Amino acid sequence: MDAMEEIKQVFFQECEEQLFELEAGLLTIERGDFDPETINAVFRAVHSIKGGAGAFNLTDLVHFAHVFENTMDLVRVGKLEPSPGLIKLMLRAADILADLVRAARDDDTSDPGPREAMAAELKTWTPGAIPPPQAAAPPPVAVAPKEASRNNDDGFVFVPTKVDLNDFEDLSLAPTTHFRVIFRPKAELYAKGNETTILFRELGRLGPMHVACDISELPPLEDMLPEGAYLSWTVHLETSEEEDKIKAIFDFVEWDSTLEIEVTDGMRADDAKEEPFVFKPTMVDLSLLETIVPDPIDGAEASVIEPLASAAKPPQAAPAPAKAEKPSGDDHAPAEKKDAAAATIRVDLERVDRLIDLVGELVINQAMLTERVAELGLARMSAVSIGLDELEQLTREIQDSVMAIRAQPVKSVFQRMPRLVREVALQTGKNVRLVTEGEGTEVDKTVIERLSDPLTHMIRNAIDHGLEKPDVRRAAGKPEEGLLKVAALHRSGRIVIEISDDGAGINRSRVRSIAVEKGLIAADAKLSDEDIDNLIFLPGFSTAAVVSDISGRGVGMDVVKRSIQALGGRISILSRPGLGSTFTMSLPLTLAVLDGMVVSVAGQTLVIPLTAVVEILLPQATTVHNFGGNARVMGVRSEFIPLIDVGQVLQFRQEDIDPKSGVALLVEAEGGVRNALLVDAIQGQRQVVIKSLETNYGHVPGIAAATILGDGRVALILDVDAIVVDSRNDIASSLPLAG
Amino acid sequence: MEMHAKPETTKPRELISFIIGKQEFCVDIMSVREIRGWSPATPLPHSPAFVRGVINLRGAVLSIVDLASRLGLPTSEPSARHVIIVAQVGSQIAGLLVDAVTGILTVTAETVRPTPDVASEMARSFVKGVLAIDNRMITLITLDHVLPSQEQEAA
Repeated sequence: MDAMEEIKQVFFQECEEQLFELEAGLLTIERGDFDPETINAVFRAVHSIKGGAGAFNLTDLVHFAHVFENTMDLVRVGKLEPSPGLIKLMLRAADILADLVRAARDDDTSDPGPREAMAAELKTWTPGAIPPPQAAAPPPVAVAPKEASRNNDDGFVFVPTKVDLNDFEDLSLAPTTHFRVIFRPKAELYAKGNETTILFRELGRLGPMHVACDISELPPLEDMLPEGAYLSWTVHLETSEEEDKIKAIFDFVEWDSTLEIEVTDGMRADDAKEEPFVFKPTMVDLSLLETIVPDPIDGAEASVIEPLASAAKPPQAAPAPAKAEKPSGDDHAPAEKKDAAAATIRVDLERVDRLIDLVGELVINQAMLTERVAELGLARMSAVSIGLDELEQLTREIQDSVMAIRAQPVKSVFQRMPRLVREVALQTGKNVRLVTEGEGTEVDKTVIERLSDPLTHMIRNAIDHGLEKPDVRRAAGKPEEGLLKVAALHRSGRIVIEISDDGAGINRSRVRSIAVEKGLIAADAKLSDEDIDNLIFLPGFSTAAVVSDISGRGVGMDVVKRSIQALGGRISILSRPGLGSTFTMSLPLTLAVLDGMVVSVAGQTLVIPLTAVVEILLPQATTVHNFGGNARVMGVRSEFIPLIDVGQVLQFRQEDIDPKSGVALLVEAEGGVRNALLVDAIQGQRQVVIKSLETNYGHVPGIAAATILGDGRVALILDVDAIVVDSRNDIASSLPLAG
Repeated sequence: MEMHAKPETTKPRELISFIIGKQEFCVDIMSVREIRGWSPATPLPHSPAFVRGVINLRGAVLSIVDLASRLGLPTSEPSARHVIIVAQVGSQIAGLLVDAVTGILTVTAETVRPTPDVASEMARSFVKGVLAIDNRMITLITLDHVLPSQEQEAA
């Protein structure tokens, strides 16, 4: 049972890959590249999913994939032109297929509505390809009403009866069709251990049949390769089943054989007069046999080599007949690509994480060792110091390489975007062309996982609010099709993701009036263009005049900004009216390390995430004021900002310290709230390895995580948001006392 | 050969014994991962008094529980002579600060006497029984409730 589950998981993993191939292929075709290899790749992707799904009895998936495959097959054989309309339809079908795969994986039951509608739509492209039963069956139903009306005249009440059309098949009332199946196995079929007899037995279950073996290809014995395939069969089958049922039997050997199925009017006369199998003696030159059997008398090595050499020949010759057998229409061969994907292995993520932990240790240990050696006061050029330098270099290299294992290209997130864009474009009635750049840009897996949601939201926003409707665009002299560009790149040790559109840009006067209306800013506030643009990140801001179900769900850009900040990232906007907007996200490459400001508070060392720190201020006697009970505020450029003593919030000390003796860090917390954190001193800025406190202890209020410093001691990483909220509650609870 | 014939219930188990103040305690050796010297801990804000803080154990952040304080005994400031017993507590690992480790005891189930009927909180949550060995009384404790529970933390 478990083994089955495991295989199933592998199947779903492969499905994801196939779905990606499918979509990538369709997009290539959409761009006007009708390379038969691409079309084949697309066909194979759907076919593989269908095949696998069949093995796991995922009937919904099989049925849909089957209809999809039928339509695609017509394109493949050139009976159907891959028009833009058809490709668009196929892209949507690919989305539905992806949904089905996911539903099957999560054991969900998906809504059959869109699937059935799509299947119906796909079928309209395959006229006549869906033969007898369904097409032929309707007449009896259509007849019924006529009878009913006639009977009604006689005062007889007709009671309609539901007729299950499937019953007709069982009753074999459906007309039978004569098929001629020509089956030519290739050597590979036998090499894979398939047995033709079983196939014919299966075929025999569909109806009466007549099998004739064609031995005309059989070479004389001396030319015959022991592993060659020389026989082919012609089967006349009379069945009420569809052609697909016949094909299904050959599903697993399809790539290793050629199969022709055609409908005939019945058995042809000449075929019927099939000659009885007559054994034709073949002349065999006995001397040839002697060369094959090593001469037992002459045991000398030289003579052994010779037969071996001649025995070695056939394999070389073997590919030739196989090639010759391939008829023109053979697209099935699973593309013997020599340029297979780079060799990869799948590794349990836990193992990689363990390795990363260990290397983190190594780095700390090495730093400690360096410190200890420095304490000894050895000469810089001593053998120990030189050895340590080398060790340091090696550990850094190991750390980089290990981090690279976890790094993945952003492709996995980007490849979901085309579908999203299609769906949103369809819902909003806009024409959108998506361009992605830098898909190969690598970033830590955890970052990728948490990037998906904000990116999705921003793309929805860009299409819904950024791009204009086609008629508006035309009026503005722009092409009807809006351009949405998503690009990823590395910049100074961070990953930068840019989402740009060529839409209308941010409507600043409207943003401003909404912000005033919602009480987010004062009516007479003086704001630069940039300030106004940034208003959209404020909580509770939503510019859409009509709340659409796409991006106006009340969660807005503030949520996006929060999730980016939670990743230690920042987001900015550049908007030009009439030309479009660009959102730029900058994120750390990994969540395993963090850039922090190391500070001292009441004798303890703390780390404050650098992303939260806006500015460093030196408190003066004139800028710090008492406010209410024990609260203090600090004047920063005509603004009063709450001053939070970190030592007190964390209960490291009870008494107030003189603000002048410390340093204040201006930090930005949730919702853009600014606060000043009072610490004793700043030690410096450092990249630290993040360690969880939850693993061996539990959550500590005000603390996000821990890290290990160069001296081997644990330092706590401050949770700025929690500290700010905490202090606010403290002040709130102290106010009644003060009053 | 005779030892093998003994019934399962008397299978000997090994305990690690240690001293806190003037009392002797022991825990099952299976839960002990290692024993190391005291190193200064980083205090954790908003934590109970018996949590001394956290230390770095080869990269893992380990919380240090002052067992004396946890068991309601008089505490003293830890010095380099103090010992940390690194032990498995449920799915987590914790360091237990004790005065000294005295040794390993091999006992059978019969050696463990029931807990005397003392109405102390410590007896109820931690004590599993007592052992009398060479005129010493050694208290067998369980580590299940050594770390602060989530409810206590929230309070």
